[in-house]
Amino acid sequence: MLELRDITKRFGNVLANDGVSIKVRPGTIHAIVGENGAGKSTAMRIAYGFYTADGGDILVDGEVRRISTPHDAIALGVGMVHQHFMLVEPMTVAENIVLGAETGGVASLDLGKAADEIRALSDEFKLSVDPRATVESLSVGQQQRVELLKALYRRARLLILDEPTAVLTPPEVEEFFAILRRMREQGKTVVIITHKLSEVLAISDDVTVMRDGRVVGRVETSRTNAAELARLMVGRDVLLRVEKTDAAGDGAAVLGVKDLTVTARDGKRRLDGVSFEVRAGEIVGIAGVEGNGQTELIETLAGLTATGHTASGEVEFEGRAITRLNSRARRELGVAHIPEDRHRRGLLLDFDLAENSILGDHYRKPAVSGFGNVFLNDRGIRARALQVINDFDVRPPDPDLPARSLSGGNQQKLIIGREFEINPKLLLVSQPTRGVDIGAIEFIHRKLVALRDAGCAVLLVSAELEEVTALADRLLIMREGSVVGEVDPKRATVEEIGLLMTGGK
Amino acid sequence: MTEIFTIALIFSTIRTATPLLLAALGGLYSERAGVINIALEGLMLAGAFTAAAVTHYAGSPWAGLLAGIGAGVLVAAIHAVACIRFNADQVVSGTAINILMTGVPAMLSGALFLSSGSTPQIPRDDLIPWTPVVLALLLVGVTWYVLYRTPFGLRLRAVGENPEAADAAGVNVNGVRYSAVLLSGALAAIGGAYLSIGQSSLFTRNMTSGRGFIALAALIFGKWRPVQTMLACLLFGFTEAISIQMQGVFKPWGEEIPVQFISIVPYVLTIVVLAGFIGLSRAPRALGIPYQKEK
Repeated sequence: MLELRDITKRFGNVLANDGVSIKVRPGTIHAIVGENGAGKSTAMRIAYGFYTADGGDILVDGEVRRISTPHDAIALGVGMVHQHFMLVEPMTVAENIVLGAETGGVASLDLGKAADEIRALSDEFKLSVDPRATVESLSVGQQQRVELLKALYRRARLLILDEPTAVLTPPEVEEFFAILRRMREQGKTVVIITHKLSEVLAISDDVTVMRDGRVVGRVETSRTNAAELARLMVGRDVLLRVEKTDAAGDGAAVLGVKDLTVTARDGKRRLDGVSFEVRAGEIVGIAGVEGNGQTELIETLAGLTATGHTASGEVEFEGRAITRLNSRARRELGVAHIPEDRHRRGLLLDFDLAENSILGDHYRKPAVSGFGNVFLNDRGIRARALQVINDFDVRPPDPDLPARSLSGGNQQKLIIGREFEINPKLLLVSQPTRGVDIGAIEFIHRKLVALRDAGCAVLLVSAELEEVTALADRLLIMREGSVVGEVDPKRATVEEIGLLMTGGK
Repeated sequence: MTEIFTIALIFSTIRTATPLLLAALGGLYSERAGVINIALEGLMLAGAFTAAAVTHYAGSPWAGLLAGIGAGVLVAAIHAVACIRFNADQVVSGTAINILMTGVPAMLSGALFLSSGSTPQIPRDDLIPWTPVVLALLLVGVTWYVLYRTPFGLRLRAVGENPEAADAAGVNVNGVRYSAVLLSGALAAIGGAYLSIGQSSLFTRNMTSGRGFIALAALIFGKWRPVQTMLACLLFGFTEAISIQMQGVFKPWGEEIPVQFISIVPYVLTIVVLAGFIGLSRAPRALGIPYQKEK
């Protein structure tokens, strides 16, 4: 159905696709896997005419075709659902679907007729989407189905889906896979870009594995397994679990939290009398359903109490009260913070890697020099950036690139590297591997354990239960702003922790 | 007070609102497509001067009007190429055009009529005092229909909100933007032409006196929607009309209020409206952002 032959694409100095050849059989679900930045999305964006290849051919139904705009791709029956939805939010579902594929003359836009067709398509594939709803009123899962309808309305025979499950909850994923199977039964061809191996195995017929802009494997799904795919993706054997020794556990208390309470403007307590300690050389994990005070806890400890919130209680660092210190003063004492939302709190996306690598240290050496340290020291900044880039394997290793151009995993490695540079005594880390691919997850986990082994106290919040139980030496469970229990992560069962998290008895 | 509120005032309101409305509708096309059009003032001047000059030579206001439209489209094309092809800052490009258009008509009229101040008087029979007024009101309905009931309007709105999504859906983003900006040049130029060959009978230097900016304010006040924008233009037209009527009539303290104070009313209202309402009205999301692929 679709074939890419020897596709090459360069962005500046980066070779995003290097002789990529992919062949998709008609009527199959074809998975393209690889780590972030492996070139999967680039290859498929070329197939959809969003990017133009520097070399190579695109074949549709066995014929070489020129696809230089999405319009060309649509005409050939190729549709694409992007990772970030391409929807005009204030407009209705019908308007979004019809956009660019309007029927009738220049003077008429028959949305009523279009709505009927959309309803028919929606019924055929059991998508249950109301054509008259405005897109911004829909849930993420529904918006994704609008994207599917958009492609189907354009008579797409081949659908390219870029990381479709990243935004879905587990039950929604099941539902979504059922839709894909129905599409395959109806004779559609599906290409799904992902880095989740369980999904590849669950849904696909064929797999193409990419690494560093090249295709490194082509297999039938029934003849492979997770370990083999992971090895192909990363280029070496991947440990799918965390390796660590027991914590010494006799370090001095680095962080002491006493009766910490954070009250929002509306009087609601986001944190309610939280008390605990973190000792040198241990990782204390915090598990809980998201939105139960974890964000407020980490941010308050980092000195970032949100506007409108008031905090009370005591925070001690190495026995000294730091409750009233701001984030910069805390950082100077050795408190590092890896925020949960790297775009909001972690990076200036339009600044380059060098500038981002000194954020928070921008006022002290080596970032500044000269009389009274009033000048930025370019050489010092670059040296710091290169060190972070090398130590944390940030790719592409170019300090002049804007942070925006990096994949999520590499952005995260840059932030972690920057925070490690201050040799922290206490690390506050939230969702360290959210949206990060498996090779980088393993890397980040090893770094966190190494930091602990070097004597740092680590407070870790993660929504991934597997991650906190694997990394933490002690595990606290939070619910509704309070710590409701402490368990030994080596002994506690998932059920036990789940009960504490939800409050069900 | 009764002598102020008359039928004449209503007509006067509509007539003063007409150039605003034409320019604002022009701005609406451009801005709904995502291109800021602060150049409305300059586009009006281009239309006003060209219409007056050509009417003088050709003896036909229709030829003048057409030539004025052509001039508006031509000047808008500069803005379009700068903003769309070369990703220029849209405010800077628009400002440059405004500055350019304060000078070019003066220079041309100096060369053609040996007077940098104004063009020659046009005979009364060669004026079009009402056609643009009717046209402006009709265009409100037409614009509404185009925007909400045609494929072009759908694409226009999509391009101004989320050009990437429009592109992904197969819409030629820059093509739509070019047509929108050129259209805004045409409409603003009609507004300008109305000033020189409709309301008065010659082009005088800087005769728009900020109407392009007031039109822009009306567009924002009208939330970038045709009918609301018309109402906003009528409001501004009303204040201008009433300030003209009040001159010499309105004596609250038994003394006449100096003309200058009365004629600042529309401008003060513009500031008040912009300060008070700009936050309440949501601009097209991609307004002012050039569309670049493969960044």
